Amino acid sequence: MRAVSSWGRLNAFPHSPVELTDTKKVASQMAGSAPGIPFGMGRSYGDVCLHPGGTIWMSSGMDHYLSFDAEAGVVVCEAGVLLRDIQRLSVSRGWMLPVTPGTQIVTVGGAIANDVHGKNHHRFGSFGNHVRRLRLQRSDGTVIDCGPEGNKEWLAATVGGLGLTGIILEAELQLRPVAGPWLETETLAFGTLNEFFQISDASEADWEQGVAWIDCTRGNVGRGLFSRANPLPQVIEKSQPEKRSRLSIPMTPPFSMVNGLSLRPFNNLYYTMGKRKHAMRRVEHYEPFLYPLDNIQQWNRMYGPKGFYQYQSVVPRDGAQAVTQSMLEEIASSGNGSFLAVLKTFGSRPSIGMLSFPRPGVTLALDFRNGGQATERLFQRLDAIVSEAGGAIYAAKDARMPRWLFEAGYPRLGEFANYRDPGIRSGFSRRLMGN
Amino acid sequence: MAEHCARLWLAEAAADVTLIGRDTARLEIIAADLRVRSPESSVTVVEGQFRDPAEIQGVVDAIRPGDPVDIALIAHGFLPDQEESQNDLTLCRDALEINAVSPALYAEAFAARMMKSGYGTIIIIGSVAGDRGRKSNYIYGSAKGLLNIYAQGLQHRLAFTSIRVTLVKPGPTATPMTARMKNAPKNMASVESVARDIVRGADHGAAVIYTPAKWRLIMLIVRLVPNFLFHKTNL
Repeated sequence: MRAVSSWGRLNAFPHSPVELTDTKKVASQMAGSAPGIPFGMGRSYGDVCLHPGGTIWMSSGMDHYLSFDAEAGVVVCEAGVLLRDIQRLSVSRGWMLPVTPGTQIVTVGGAIANDVHGKNHHRFGSFGNHVRRLRLQRSDGTVIDCGPEGNKEWLAATVGGLGLTGIILEAELQLRPVAGPWLETETLAFGTLNEFFQISDASEADWEQGVAWIDCTRGNVGRGLFSRANPLPQVIEKSQPEKRSRLSIPMTPPFSMVNGLSLRPFNNLYYTMGKRKHAMRRVEHYEPFLYPLDNIQQWNRMYGPKGFYQYQSVVPRDGAQAVTQSMLEEIASSGNGSFLAVLKTFGSRPSIGMLSFPRPGVTLALDFRNGGQATERLFQRLDAIVSEAGGAIYAAKDARMPRWLFEAGYPRLGEFANYRDPGIRSGFSRRLMGN
Repeated sequence: MAEHCARLWLAEAAADVTLIGRDTARLEIIAADLRVRSPESSVTVVEGQFRDPAEIQGVVDAIRPGDPVDIALIAHGFLPDQEESQNDLTLCRDALEINAVSPALYAEAFAARMMKSGYGTIIIIGSVAGDRGRKSNYIYGSAKGLLNIYAQGLQHRLAFTSIRVTLVKPGPTATPMTARMKNAPKNMASVESVARDIVRGADHGAAVIYTPAKWRLIMLIVRLVPNFLFHKTNL
């Protein structure tokens, strides 16, 4: 038994880890230790990857490539391979993953199970849109190959399926061509939410990547920085990024460093520094632009021993501005809130998963220090706003959403239930799906 | 461990790699992975023999005859259950043979081969367990201890040649070998970090590598504790 936490570090319940290293042995390992939940790098925030008191199947040891087609840009690999390693391998061959989330330190299995999205959804959709096929191990011993030739509904269940349909053994991913690792980037400062939406809509045609940081501490909400980027089509001489910093938060501070006193000055500084770079175009390596926090090992410790919550919602595009405004006002008046508040728009490309989070609209993601009941009350107010707008909460980030909100946001739950593996359970499924 | 070392070497430069082991199916998976990571490298899988000296000699001779061997990483072994091997002499014999005699025979065969080309690096995976006999694992530990003296002697023999011998002493590491341990230690090192230490250390020609480095100090202390105190522990 070992204490295991997810990225939010809200708790550290004992688990029985079972290391998966050989895809051929997974069936017998599963049978011998079920029920359990697959666990990759533990970058989800709540309990989708946890199974308190029970078995977790550690998949990061299944980290072999099976093949790489440099002509077609197709990679086949075991589910424990990290997105970071795929990209570092493929970028020198002229290919990259079309979709990656805010960190590359996640496994292929985790990326599929949460149907992760990035800053380029309007152009490339979500991770599941680029999974050509996958091999799924069920706890009863059967192996299901899902792909274009057959079992498509299993693919739809497993993408975004939070690990509950089986253990993913291998996946075949379609990459997208790139000239190299460089991006042309630009940052624009905006003062109101209205300006954000104008910039965001205007950027859609000409810019592939787009994401906004929002200052959520000011009463007059809505100022922030919009960063956008395109892959640089030319090949540049230097192929190494600037020296990667090996910063790390080496220990957990006894209190949260993100608190009422630190947040405002942080945000002020960040906005002011960003504004100085307003409209300046730069060439940047994709790693620090797309995954800024990957440079700081264990940044989640910054929130102290109680851990933190992430609240990520999506609301439909119509009326999104008013909804986002009221959410931000709610957060600002609560005095909580985080340094990292991110606003993105999702495009209209449909997600393939039954429980996929990405859908057309606007998504807001924030970290919240764990302030106990006060934080929960704020979340309940946000829940009301999100549900009234017909939105949903992202399961990969969630540790506390109520069941009615989960069911409201994921209408295909009933259909999904047919594909659940009876030998798989997680903290999340126990909390919100009955078992 | 050897697999991750291979990944690091192939990331630096393409090479001709021969993987020797018992489970060729497993080695084929590793070989396919290495070929993806380094398409210019050639990776061959050989079913290894580990007991019979003539067979061991045969395996070493059959590796790309005529070409010099630059690096030989001898990493095979298994961690027996201490209590079982106390009760089963055959298991005890196997543990000693596979963990001590077999790696030494391979090292001798590679040393002879490298003498012909005049250069090379032999890396032997020992263990911190070989630094002092402890009741919790002395059958495994004594086998690894044999490799300590063996590597010392071989280094002495090859001292003024261009053939280097590196003995690696990892602390507990998260690998398939330790995955089966009943009471696995809590903070095992990652196999990636151990592999990095091995590749870097061997590149510098280190004679003995402790990985992670803290084990050098820990084992120094463990070795120096007098028996009357040590025997009271459950180590």
